Amino acid sequence: MTQLKKLGWYLLLIAFGYVFLFPLLFMLVSSLKPEQEIFADLYSIRAILPVGELSLENYRQVFAKSDILLYFRNSVLITSGTVVLGLFVNSLLAFTLSRMEWSGRKYVLSAVIALMIIPLEAIVVPLLLLVSKLPTIGWEQGMMVLKGSWLNTLEVQILPFVANSFFIFLFYQFFRDIPKDFDEAAELDGATPFQIYRHIIVPMSGPVFATVAILHFLLMWNQYIWPIMAVQGEDARPVMPGIQIFFGRQVGWGEIMAYASFVTLPVLAVFLAFQKMFVRSLAGAGIKG
Amino acid sequence: MNADTSALKGAALPTPSSGAAEPYRPPRRRYVFLLSTPALLGLFMFLILPFLMAVVMSFTDQRLLSPNETEWVGLRNYDRLLSVNWLVQEPVADNGVVQRDADGEPTYPRLRTLLRQDPAYEGYKELTSWQLGDKRLVVLAKDPLFIKSFLNTLQFVLLVVPLQCGMALGLALLINRQLKGIYLFRTIFFSPVVTSIVVVSIVWSFLYHRDLGLFNHYLQAMSFGLIGPIDWLGDPEWAMPSIVLMSAWQAAGVQMLIFLAGLQGISADLYEAAELDGAGTWSKFWHVTLPGLKNTTVFVIISTTIQAFGLFTQVDVMTRGGPQGSTSTVMYHAVTKGFREQDIAYGSAISVIFFLVILAIALLQKRFFDKRGG
Repeated sequence: MTQLKKLGWYLLLIAFGYVFLFPLLFMLVSSLKPEQEIFADLYSIRAILPVGELSLENYRQVFAKSDILLYFRNSVLITSGTVVLGLFVNSLLAFTLSRMEWSGRKYVLSAVIALMIIPLEAIVVPLLLLVSKLPTIGWEQGMMVLKGSWLNTLEVQILPFVANSFFIFLFYQFFRDIPKDFDEAAELDGATPFQIYRHIIVPMSGPVFATVAILHFLLMWNQYIWPIMAVQGEDARPVMPGIQIFFGRQVGWGEIMAYASFVTLPVLAVFLAFQKMFVRSLAGAGIKG
Repeated sequence: MNADTSALKGAALPTPSSGAAEPYRPPRRRYVFLLSTPALLGLFMFLILPFLMAVVMSFTDQRLLSPNETEWVGLRNYDRLLSVNWLVQEPVADNGVVQRDADGEPTYPRLRTLLRQDPAYEGYKELTSWQLGDKRLVVLAKDPLFIKSFLNTLQFVLLVVPLQCGMALGLALLINRQLKGIYLFRTIFFSPVVTSIVVVSIVWSFLYHRDLGLFNHYLQAMSFGLIGPIDWLGDPEWAMPSIVLMSAWQAAGVQMLIFLAGLQGISADLYEAAELDGAGTWSKFWHVTLPGLKNTTVFVIISTTIQAFGLFTQVDVMTRGGPQGSTSTVMYHAVTKGFREQDIAYGSAISVIFFLVILAIALLQKRFFDKRGG
């Protein structure tokens, strides 16, 4: 490429980069500015530069006006709980589908693949009725009690999302391509299927575990439609419905941006830390899915 | 699968336990059961069962909380959802002279009275109407908002799919170059994808703001004050296109990566051969790049379409289905009816229709790839 062509290419990249980065930078920067300055800086490059009178005042206001820390804790519990359980449960089923022979295996595999096309949106309404009738164990004033419904709990946001046919399929594809010699040697040494899973398959499957963990993390942290239906009370509310309610309260834009930044930072941090893996996961998942 | 080879190996390898008593091993069937049950139970309880419930309940009058017993109602929910009808209204005439209002438009008898008189029109409400000369053609539906929501969803899909896929292909072509710092730009183009659509919707609501927003500022600056200000989210004409633009911007990064993988899968030999034949940049794009991306493109278009049909969050955060129902979607209507109005049966019927549309699109994709042996 000639130098001139190169320069033109970079100019294009920067122009598009600006379009894609602007809203996020604007959000992060505005969260640090007082209200007047957000508006004063809006129409110049200052809108995305951390200049002027910067403070954490907006964040202080958000902490004072809403239960953001409670919602944040809920989201952390829901996300980590689902991801950890999901890695275990989904990879185990994929293991039996890819590494063991049993009658009905092919039917179960076809069913798992067919289930991938049912979107969450298509089942939320009946799922709501279902969980409203499921009993659960809860705590009230230090006593264990049987509650009549799953609504307004953390488990109603965790358990339905643990098993996931798409993730099972990703595990299945990866496990299937591991040479069978390893299992056979281990089996001759008297290893049980679970030991083969634990000591042979899992250590060799780092990339697929990372992929599924990342995709599941994104899916769970950003949950919205299900919690707005299944969780009415504040105790179990996660961050995304929380910010929507905060947004509806006609508070200052600086405070809204502070709230938005606060709930976005964990994802951005994970994204920047595991960038290569992230990009590979989503691209790979897209192609194979 | 490898039963033959394993038998061979078993025979060839001296096993350490040969001769000694075999240690007790639970039968493999028990392991299969133990290891597969948690996930299968989860899929059954929270995916298959609710799906079957949706199908069954769509034929009942089930409500979320109701003292009355649930009853079978046959196809009533579907009838309410899908019934469309029409009628032609004659203007009010006095001795053959059409009565006109102050603007010279003919006046018509009250539609509601007309619908009530004729049992064939029972349950129908006005969806839309057109003027035909002095007559008026009125399109009716039993649930006008559902029909409207369905058309809105179609509009969203037809706008967002080409925009998002085109944007993604453009970005993929842009970053498919060996340049210093290209990974930084890939990260930047991808960053909206990891941001929650709820957060994106809120930030863009500010950019779309009628008086303060950035869009109107630039629009007015560039048109020297001739155009705008446009009430992006408050104008029924503009609300859906505004959501389209934002949605395409947010999600294009995923398709960009898929296109990028597709581009990198095209053999360099093809480009060299084209160059030897004297092909220019455009000619290479048309005759090598695009044909090489055919499978990728079909996959990207179908998966983006399926996703777009589920449009809900942006609408819920930015417009709540308004103004005047112009951004209500199939899913938004399902949640409004099934959850906010607690009519689970009706919401289920909408879910079933939604699923059938998704299924049809997925089968289309399968047919395409089966034909190509892919």
